[in-house]
Amino acid sequence: MKYEVVIGLEIHAQLSTRTKIFCGCSTAFGAQPNTQVCPVCLGMPGTLPVLNKQVVHNALKMGLATQSHINRRNIFARKNYFYADLPKGYQISQFELPICEHGFLEIPSEGGVKKIGITRIHMEEDAGKSIHDEAFVSKNETLVDLNRCGVPLIEIVSEPDLRGAAEAAAYVSKMRQLVRYLGICDGNMEEGSLRCDANVSLRPFGEKKLGTKTELKNMNSIKNVEKAINYEIKRQADILDDGGEIIQQTLLWDPDKNEARAMRGKEDAHDYRYFPDPDLVEVYIDEKWLDEARKELPELPDKRRQRFMDELGLPAYDAEILTASRDVADYFEQTLAVSGNPKKTSNWVMGEILRLSKEHNLPAGALSITPARLGELILAVEEGEISQSAAKTVFEALVKEDAPVAQMIEKLGLKQISDQGALEKIIDRIIAENPKEAESYRNGKTKLLGFFMGNVMRASQGKADPQKVSTLLREKLSS
Amino acid sequence: MSNSSISIQAEVANGTTTVEERVRLFLDEARRQKDLNCFITLFEEKALEQARRVDHKIKAGETTGRLAGLVLAVKDNIVIKDTPTTCGSKILNRFDSPYTATVVERLMAEDAVILGKTNMDEFAMGSSNENSAFGPVKNPHNSDYVPGGSSGGSAVAVAAGLADAALGSDTGGSIRQPASFTGTYGIKPGYGRVSRYGLVAFGSSLDQIGVFASTPAITARVLEVISGHDPRDSTSARVDVPSFSEVIRPDMKGMRIGIPGEYFQKGLDPHIEKSVRAIISEMEKAGATAVPVSLPMTEYAIAIYYIIATAEASSNLSRFDGVRYGLRADEPRDLGDMYARTRSEGFGEEVKRRIMLGTYVLSAGYYDAYYNKAMKVRRLLKEGFDAAFGKCDLILSPTTPTTAFKLGEKTDDPLSMYLQDIYTVSANLAGLSAISIPAGKDERGLPFGIQAQAPSFNEQVLFNCAQFIHNLKLI
Repeated sequence: MKYEVVIGLEIHAQLSTRTKIFCGCSTAFGAQPNTQVCPVCLGMPGTLPVLNKQVVHNALKMGLATQSHINRRNIFARKNYFYADLPKGYQISQFELPICEHGFLEIPSEGGVKKIGITRIHMEEDAGKSIHDEAFVSKNETLVDLNRCGVPLIEIVSEPDLRGAAEAAAYVSKMRQLVRYLGICDGNMEEGSLRCDANVSLRPFGEKKLGTKTELKNMNSIKNVEKAINYEIKRQADILDDGGEIIQQTLLWDPDKNEARAMRGKEDAHDYRYFPDPDLVEVYIDEKWLDEARKELPELPDKRRQRFMDELGLPAYDAEILTASRDVADYFEQTLAVSGNPKKTSNWVMGEILRLSKEHNLPAGALSITPARLGELILAVEEGEISQSAAKTVFEALVKEDAPVAQMIEKLGLKQISDQGALEKIIDRIIAENPKEAESYRNGKTKLLGFFMGNVMRASQGKADPQKVSTLLREKLSS
Repeated sequence: MSNSSISIQAEVANGTTTVEERVRLFLDEARRQKDLNCFITLFEEKALEQARRVDHKIKAGETTGRLAGLVLAVKDNIVIKDTPTTCGSKILNRFDSPYTATVVERLMAEDAVILGKTNMDEFAMGSSNENSAFGPVKNPHNSDYVPGGSSGGSAVAVAAGLADAALGSDTGGSIRQPASFTGTYGIKPGYGRVSRYGLVAFGSSLDQIGVFASTPAITARVLEVISGHDPRDSTSARVDVPSFSEVIRPDMKGMRIGIPGEYFQKGLDPHIEKSVRAIISEMEKAGATAVPVSLPMTEYAIAIYYIIATAEASSNLSRFDGVRYGLRADEPRDLGDMYARTRSEGFGEEVKRRIMLGTYVLSAGYYDAYYNKAMKVRRLLKEGFDAAFGKCDLILSPTTPTTAFKLGEKTDDPLSMYLQDIYTVSANLAGLSAISIPAGKDERGLPFGIQAQAPSFNEQVLFNCAQFIHNLKLI
């Protein structure tokens, strides 16, 4: 393609505070329409907003995690526009002096790690939801659900630093990982707790001036972010190739039809008439508050991944997967604290734990088997108490019912046979039962060791210590 | 017991009369003087019920609240749960509030009886009470004249003897100007003194709820009850509330009275000027010193007030859109049509004028020239007052340049109507406390007031001054 792609993203992240930004209503998702509302978030005449401080605190953490400049003086502003799901006729947001400015986020890209600038992060309230397209809504009617109205958001505006759909997807993915690490947003794109709008434009390589942009909305997964942007890049490129002009407009992505359509209604240039909200007082973030937020910051994913490689000697692949979510990384480290073996622990967590977590749709930390228990199990294998294959059986049993590992091994009768005498007895019997194979082995067909191993293990019901069996077999077959 | 310092309360407490009896008399009187058009809603049964509850407490010898025995009216832009709030507008047609304003909760908690909701200029925009969808309120001193506005109904309720006290709201003079026109006491406390939670907003940074009454003591008593920090209003101040009514001292000794030259210029009725100067000399005789002070930003006050108040109003009134409550235009073509027609039909002329003004001053390209500049001048104006209060304890001036004007006299001339607020808007812009004190009557028998202004939370000095003037028995 002969065009350079220029993308800037606006991400709206719903902050997972217990209550809304300006009233005491719950923020929980999925309740019956219009049940999580009060006079304040309904914008009833005479009501006033009172700021939920946790919102500022969470935004502050996000600013620190993206190396942003923190504006100490915070002013809320009214963004005025009319819409049926905006009860006050204005949205309380920030305009001049957003809480964070000039930050960055590092993303993996083709040319290695790339720094994406963050223009600003500001706090605001979410609007309600207008429902027009559902089957139960009659024609020419719109229903409004105001449960979401007043749920706290941060809007994260990136610089136009992204150069393709893949980078945009990587950026969203990184951002989602970050808000989850910080514990400030659940990052669920399907439920809309993380929403992404993309400004996309093309320009000939070498051109400094930005091309006319379009805004893409309604991309409810990272996959759709990538698809929608690719779709839009192609659409714009085709128009430019034909000598046409891009019209500045807002497009809605339709994930079912895999296409973007211009939004209904005409695109007026909005004049939001921002001005400081006289109902709210200035919020000042002092050194003490900043320190508290800083202290609460967890080790961030990039740093943690590096440490897993450098200090624990884990392969990059393992480190990447383990640190993808804070929950899994925490689980891993808690298991490691008991097991003492990083690679073995990594194998278990990447294998069984991730599988279980996916199967039950639960975070690792919420699984029935605790990290300490898994650590104990890994240790039992390490110390030769049970074989690797018996450990899988014990693991499944522990998932169903928690018990000390030693007790469970006992209960299942899976204690490994390491006793020389007992093992020799089985081995002697197997060799005696298979004289032809023993003969062949002695004549140089050493590949038959596997055959004998299998038989011995079977005969011991998997309880024989494979390492010891292998040593003994070799001795006995060569004599 | 402290309630006995107010004679009505003493009579109720000692059994000379009952609260129920008083409410019945007020209701009869309200019906008899219906032509004044001062109530939009009268709570007949509910008020009697409240009265009986208080009477029962008194009879049973239980401790009663600080307002026991008093019957109050409330301006119809302050909400009470499950009752209509109209703001004097058609757009709030059949609107019942789902909650109660903090001030009303506080009144009730102190055993006040609420008699009804008073007429007002639509959304508190006006200085004559002619901008009400429920018709104008008449001045009880002469029904050809306006009572002032926007809290005209509340002022008249007190002036005509239809309530012991009334709550109003004051954004640029909406309590003090009608107090002046009706010969009542009307106080606008310092910004943040009283919670605005439940007051339908006009200009949020200027609005304050205040009190009308016929004596300084009742005014003070009601104000001390409704004052104080409210966690539901971030702009309400965390400042202690003195028991204003308990410590009124009409003592002028050592008081420094600031006289602002800017408030005694052309346009001021000579009769009012003479009376105000006479009161000042009475104060000097009683030991006060008159100090000339300068408030150089006064000439810009009206201009910046009408920029800031309308800007805030244009945003505050956006919620009246026909979506959730109140009026909705019939058979709208689409959402835009519904908004346009609902708001065109629902709002009166003055409200529409101010919404347009406010929208204009906030628009892209004009924001700096109007709103931003107005905010800068507002800061200068406040600094001017700070400097003046370095030299005096309170500032005295007329409340209004004239006495009441005739109904219909200024309705076609919004500018001359706006100039009604010339002496009062500054207190709102600077967040000061200010009171209008009855100071006499003109040759036609129409009353006028003298205004005292003090720093934000020094309402006590205003009550002291009011009591001193009250004792002069000018009316």
